[in-house]
Amino acid sequence: MKKKIIAIIVNVELIIMSCIVLVPVIWILLSTFQANGVAGKLSVSKLTLINFKKLLSETNYELWFFNTLKIALISTVCSVFLIMVTAWVMSRFNFKGRKTSLLAMMILSMFPTFLSMTAIHTLFQTIGLMGKPISLIVVYSVGAIPYNTWLVKGYLDGIPKSIDEAAYIDGCTKIQTFRKIVLPLSKPIITYCAVSQFMLPWMDYILPNILLSNDKSKTLAVGLFAFIQGRESTYFGMFAAGALLIVIPITLVFIIFQKYLVQGVAAGADKG
Amino acid sequence: MLKRSERDDEKSMNKKKTAFLLSMVLWGSGQFFICKQRLKGVLLFAFQLLPIIIELFTGYWLEYAQGLITDFSIRLHGGFFTKGIWGLITLGEKAGGRYGDHSTILLINGIMAVIILLLLLVVYIWNLWDAWNSAKYTGKVFPYLILVPIGIAFFFVVIMPIVFTFLTAFLNYNRDHLPPGQLLDWVGINNFKKLFTVSNWFETFSKVLIWTVIWTLASTFGTYFLGLFQAVILNHKAARGTKIYRTILILPWAIPQMVSLLVFRNLLNGQFSPINQFLLEHGLIRENIPFLSDPLTAKVTVIVVSIWLGFPMFMVMMSGILANMDQSLYEAASLDGANRFQCFFKITLPLVFKATMPNLIMTMAANFNGFGLIYFLTQGGPANANMQFAGDTDILISWIYKLTLDQKMFDIAAVMSVLLFFIVGVVSLWNFRRTVSFKEL
Repeated sequence: MKKKIIAIIVNVELIIMSCIVLVPVIWILLSTFQANGVAGKLSVSKLTLINFKKLLSETNYELWFFNTLKIALISTVCSVFLIMVTAWVMSRFNFKGRKTSLLAMMILSMFPTFLSMTAIHTLFQTIGLMGKPISLIVVYSVGAIPYNTWLVKGYLDGIPKSIDEAAYIDGCTKIQTFRKIVLPLSKPIITYCAVSQFMLPWMDYILPNILLSNDKSKTLAVGLFAFIQGRESTYFGMFAAGALLIVIPITLVFIIFQKYLVQGVAAGADKG
Repeated sequence: MLKRSERDDEKSMNKKKTAFLLSMVLWGSGQFFICKQRLKGVLLFAFQLLPIIIELFTGYWLEYAQGLITDFSIRLHGGFFTKGIWGLITLGEKAGGRYGDHSTILLINGIMAVIILLLLLVVYIWNLWDAWNSAKYTGKVFPYLILVPIGIAFFFVVIMPIVFTFLTAFLNYNRDHLPPGQLLDWVGINNFKKLFTVSNWFETFSKVLIWTVIWTLASTFGTYFLGLFQAVILNHKAARGTKIYRTILILPWAIPQMVSLLVFRNLLNGQFSPINQFLLEHGLIRENIPFLSDPLTAKVTVIVVSIWLGFPMFMVMMSGILANMDQSLYEAASLDGANRFQCFFKITLPLVFKATMPNLIMTMAANFNGFGLIYFLTQGGPANANMQFAGDTDILISWIYKLTLDQKMFDIAAVMSVLLFFIVGVVSLWNFRRTVSFKEL
């Protein structure tokens, strides 16, 4: 009897929690397909695609989308390369200043990038890259180094060094060893870094807002937020539609790579 | 025998001294002539030439030497380094207009010049050290070869902006002094004094700081324990369909935070909040709940939403730990007569706690700087007229953002960034020192 009651409580709790999680999700799904943007009054019977049409015709959604995709792809490739190389050197070579630089990176990774936004703004103004997507790519790629290097270094430390040494004995150069031994062995952590770097530009608001302020080079998050700012009630449907179009792929990517993401978070904590 | 080795010693001592003195004047010449390391010597010499060439190319020193310039001043005719240092010290002399000085650009150029000079100084000292040790250092160039380019990019994008922010704390960079219209000046520690002695500022600062601490603790432990609870439920023997539930419950982590936050802002919106309407229609409440407009309710709402967003991460991590728990521990405990609650509190909890401690501290640091949550949900509101440009739910970092972008008080914002940096830095260093990885670094 007692067991049965506990079983019921457990399952009911799960249902309630799922409902709490799902309410906002279902609500945004429904408001996407409503004709009038007014948040609140939703009906399941009158579903339309008008918000998507309006979104594509009245805003620069497509442009924002491809801006973001470009930035996300390039900065993912650049940052993964930089992270892997740095972490590999830090993990496999003993040299003067190694400990100091690791420690410095660790402290610097705790300083939120956007606290230095005034400086970054001035810097890119001075070198004339203001408003160009490359400024954001540079900040994302280089800014990813401190935290992720720690993470990847921890992972690489776990791969026995004897494998590298065997490769050296067989006549591999350092770069060859890196390409043919180390990189293939670190696929899980590369996946983690790549996925998290790829997801970053889609929803980051502060830096793109400062660096890419003209309408032509806006990213999705900036465009959507500027669009909805102050007129939530009228344009909410369109915002929801725009958000849904990115939420679906990102959520899918997340759920597919869930295993790696969890590993990555756990590994980061272990070593950081 | 002994005499000969003494002579050898003396000889090598002389060699050391000559190499050292040569390298002191011309970088790398000791390595080049005395120790016969040609490539290293040439490279070091290139490092000495580099700043001189840059300085000559960017400045007008050659014209000045030819007597072509009569009214020479560093402001107009200095090169990258001299003008940079001049700019860093004076921050400009002529205000406004097309030909005036732009203080922040001068500042950033100055920082660049000083950083490059400091790096060159490091090279110079290494050059002397190497010459003294008869250029013994031959091995491992490889790591440096790879890391130096990355390090340079890192210096410009990460370190320089932080230095800039730190220096801004000692400037009068605010609404009344905005380059390029006006010049900036060094004001020493006046900004720090202002924050701590002007009662209005200090009161706001302490109020915001206290709320930041409360918010950090409440949201972190809220997510932590809800995550633990949910993980225990998911791993309970009686739970059915856990795969489906797990996928549903992970959604708040998977959905981009900004979208969820804007959705919540609309769900909880003051006038046409769907949640309020639902509750009103079903007679559960008499009037709208001011989710985001009443100071206290808004604070509670912000914490509840942050728990909604944060618990899945801990849930997933902890259910992994629970699933892999060593069953023999429980068997041993139950043989000793422990009941289920004792097992949970004495075995499960300590083990989970130990495994997730670093994550707990990292989440704490992230929440302490949890700008997005506050900004997108309440924008720091409801506004509070008694506080200096801060709302009731503003935490330090969102207040800094407001001061910078809305109020253009870069100086005070920088002061607080410096304080924030030290708070977070000390906590994370402490966290780091107690982990194993520091010893095996």
